[in-house]
Amino acid sequence: MKKRENILETKFPSLSRNESLARSLVSAFIMQSDPTVSELSDIKCAVSEAVTNSIVHGYKEQSGTIYMRIESSSDRIIKIEIRDKGCGIENIETAMQPLYTSDPEGERSGMGFTVMETFCDKVRVVSKKGKGTKVVLIKKLSPKEL
Amino acid sequence: MMEFDYSQGSLVVYIRGDIDHHTAKKIREEADMLLVQLAPEKLILDLNDVSFMDSSGLGLVLGRYKKAKAAGIDFLVTNCDRRIIQIFEMAGIERIISIEERITNK
Repeated sequence: MKKRENILETKFPSLSRNESLARSLVSAFIMQSDPTVSELSDIKCAVSEAVTNSIVHGYKEQSGTIYMRIESSSDRIIKIEIRDKGCGIENIETAMQPLYTSDPEGERSGMGFTVMETFCDKVRVVSKKGKGTKVVLIKKLSPKEL
Repeated sequence: MMEFDYSQGSLVVYIRGDIDHHTAKKIREEADMLLVQLAPEKLILDLNDVSFMDSSGLGLVLGRYKKAKAAGIDFLVTNCDRRIIQIFEMAGIERIISIEERITNK
């Protein structure tokens, strides 16, 4: 049976400089599970996308708080939740389409969710207009070599 | 962070460190200023020393490509590692922009 191994819960202001902070925190946490270089890069990139979405879209670059929770379990599954109390996503299906962006002037590529989906095993998005958005990223790490 | 080198009409912009939404803004502003000041015939973005890139890098590259194209400037992205190429390929931009993979291992 799977058992939770470790957990980290944190929150930080929606400042763009905290995109790298979030990546560093996730890296440090995941390193305990001895991931491959590629798995670590995948997770860092997916987290960067989710945190950037909260800053750019959720809070529209205004002040807010981003909540991050990372959990590792004995079956080598990493679960990361990134949550904001921003404006929410009106249509999740549209937002997740490749190349779709609600902000074409801002040089956003519209590839954030595609990157998350490519680099993770599962991406779940829960959002309510005016209430906020929660993104759950699931990544299964390859078995450890004995 | 970035540095540049200009000679014989070619502007090479070396991007260093992480490309994310936070850093992309400054890189974009500096690169665009150089384009105006130097009016090169060719713009090369060198990504050899990029340690991390997310989809903000796509926006950065596409934006510079559009500016260069509008001004009749040749555009090339060079020294990309496999992961950067993978992100470019997700958006299919390698079909419209000249992208060169890094040959030697760092």
